Amino acid sequence: MRIPFAVLAACLSLAAQAEAIGYQGARHLLDRAGFGATDREVREYAALGRVEAVDRLLAGARSEAATPAPSFVAEPVVPARELRALAPEERKAVQQRFVQEGLELRAWWLEEMLSTSSPLTERMTLFWHNHFATSQRKVRQPQLLYRQNVLLRREALGNFATLLHEVAKDPAMLVYLDNARSRREAPNENFAREVMELFTLGVGHYGERDVKEAARAFTGWSVDPRTGDYRYRPAFHDAGEKEVLGRRGTLDGDQVLDILLARPETARFIAAKMWREFVSPTPDPAEVERWAAVFRAAHYEVKPLLRAIFLSDAFWSAGNRAALVKSPVDVVVGTLHMLDVRPNDLRPAAVACAFLGQNLFAPPNVKGWPGGDAWIDSATLLGRRQFVERVLGDVKAMGIASSLEGRDIDRLVLASAAVDPPPPGVEGAARLHALVSDPAYQLK
Amino acid sequence: MDRRDFLRLSALVPFAGMAGLARAAASPAARPLLVLVELKGGNDGLNTVVPYADPRYARLRPRLGIPREQVVALTEREGLHPALAPLRATWDAKELAIVRGVGYPDPNLSHFRSIEIWDTASASDQYLDEGWLARAFERSPCPESFAADGVVVGGGGMGPLAGRKTRALALANPEQFVRNARLAHPEAVRTQNASLAHILRVENDIALSAERLRGTHPASGDFPPGPFGKAVETAAQLAAHPAGVAVVRLSLGSFDTHANQQGVHANLLGELAQGLVALRAALVAADRWSGTVIATYGEFGRRPRENDSGGTDHGTASAHFVLGGAVKGGLHGAQPALDRLDGNGNLPHAVDFRAYYATFLDRWWGIDSRSVLGGRFAALDLLRDA
Repeated sequence: MRIPFAVLAACLSLAAQAEAIGYQGARHLLDRAGFGATDREVREYAALGRVEAVDRLLAGARSEAATPAPSFVAEPVVPARELRALAPEERKAVQQRFVQEGLELRAWWLEEMLSTSSPLTERMTLFWHNHFATSQRKVRQPQLLYRQNVLLRREALGNFATLLHEVAKDPAMLVYLDNARSRREAPNENFAREVMELFTLGVGHYGERDVKEAARAFTGWSVDPRTGDYRYRPAFHDAGEKEVLGRRGTLDGDQVLDILLARPETARFIAAKMWREFVSPTPDPAEVERWAAVFRAAHYEVKPLLRAIFLSDAFWSAGNRAALVKSPVDVVVGTLHMLDVRPNDLRPAAVACAFLGQNLFAPPNVKGWPGGDAWIDSATLLGRRQFVERVLGDVKAMGIASSLEGRDIDRLVLASAAVDPPPPGVEGAARLHALVSDPAYQLK
Repeated sequence: MDRRDFLRLSALVPFAGMAGLARAAASPAARPLLVLVELKGGNDGLNTVVPYADPRYARLRPRLGIPREQVVALTEREGLHPALAPLRATWDAKELAIVRGVGYPDPNLSHFRSIEIWDTASASDQYLDEGWLARAFERSPCPESFAADGVVVGGGGMGPLAGRKTRALALANPEQFVRNARLAHPEAVRTQNASLAHILRVENDIALSAERLRGTHPASGDFPPGPFGKAVETAAQLAAHPAGVAVVRLSLGSFDTHANQQGVHANLLGELAQGLVALRAALVAADRWSGTVIATYGEFGRRPRENDSGGTDHGTASAHFVLGGAVKGGLHGAQPALDRLDGNGNLPHAVDFRAYYATFLDRWWGIDSRSVLGGRFAALDLLRDA
């Protein structure tokens, strides 16, 4: 009897799903879904099947940070007008305070990444931060960045449509892309353009006229300077007839966002970005299309999309292992996590991330960090080496490396074989040093 | 998870001690230097080179327009933003060329797509994966002895130098780079893994370039404070170094002034002018001024009509600066045609950016620009004959 190919393939796939993922599989999953893993965490997951492992990760998702927020977030914002009215020295002092508080904020987030029960939640919060890129360099007030981060985490594994609508009214975003000041007499096109190009459709799926019309619809979405909260200003809003992507009406901002969410390009755009985040630098259009269909059918719920990704053969395929370049946060948080090192003060780690090219809360522009190969150039590669040298120096001083001795650390430290494997006699701290200095350590 | 005390993890302190520049170093004759300055985010060309005598300018810029009496007049019709006043001496020395209206047909108003068009020197609807300088150096390699084809100072991606075969470095300062290069792992391994292949290439480039960049000398020069001043100092050191590089790329910005443009724009132009003037002084002192051309570029200019947030939205053509000891000073291109704005209210271009590039390829380096730019773009008359 001939077994139809599809059935056979489904059986094989089911077999793969039931089989234990093993040490390498667990390491791969935890590394990509979070930021590195300890030997103990990898062992815990190694005995699980794919479905069990992935469902455990998804079930553990959080919507709030466990790390207590820095105290400054409860302080009132400083209205721009008050800031302008200050004497130059006083104004400088306030701005320096913003910078210090911004650093505290970065350290707070890194602490959450290191200590959370759900690294996947932080991975996705960072994914959305990179997607809805917003920078303190323009927004200034760290409270607003904190509030946006709370929103990104709340919907990190929640609903993308909800997130889009709320980010569009988020004060940090309204300031960053200038919508707060957009008025009907001469609308500001910044947000209207980027919401189509970078947040939903992707370039090439809208026209200049759509940008202009959408900009009119978003007028009036503004910020109350005294509280830093969202405020609708009817006097700024253009209530006239508009046409966006062929849909006419007296559209407001929410209606424009719904028009964008109704387009098939949006789910495709997010799914392709997820491929580059979780699988490899080169998306497979057919698989991306399948994920996009899952995303649309789930009404933009993030968990079903992530489940489809983490259970896909593409995610587990040997050819896609060690295919991604680690981001600076992967290197910094991942190294500390893997070695189970927990600094009391993570501000230096935040500075290290910035030096390596990923200053949290300050992406280079609204497109976010380009990532991939662009993470690595001569300056940042040497910077990564300096960072791990520094950590290992401190680790040695604290006697931490001894806990790894006698274990098979190669398979924990590297996602693939070392380019320049240390010979068998090199053990313990010396072996660890060789492995984290190997070119393959930059891969995940 | 057992929590461990961990006290230090000191911040990385990479910028200890800035090296100076080598004075009067032997100049690498084979390929003179091009210093590119990217004005990131879209600089407002209209408030950079101001058509102050055009009544339309005042009408389009009721709040943001530079008052006539503040303009650094170059001609009876046009002048510089007051923050660019330090460039006046270079203009008077006829070593500053101002190219007005640089852009391209069917302009794209996305930052990212438009800078990609500039970086790859493509047509508006054409997607190329290598930078224009990478293509040029593939066709006409830089001298084998060079420390690198190009150096990117201060981050921001490889831009026009991006390519699989280009030897491009990113560094903050040469001395520190050479010191840290011991951390690189040059490997002769081949791999199918594209990400790993990229990393290995960077490892090898570091090792080779560091070997050649050894022996920078401390020396003179006053550089403005701030990251752009530091980057300019590094450019001066690289220009003076006997090992040779063909391109140094600096960047400044963001010029993306959708709101509250006035102060931000003035500060940025001030930084630009002071940095360029400091670079000129250092290159003159190092006897490299006549062997260097400095040129600005950027994805687009801004909308002539100001918006209601005290800013300007994305535009098209913009003005750019070219300076150097071999530069023919003066105005090039055409004054902004404020009477001929397109359907989006943007300027038509007067000079194709690929003609701007052809000037450096054909005239500065003698590299046939047609094969690099995929067509014939007549070089501009910006350089004195050697």
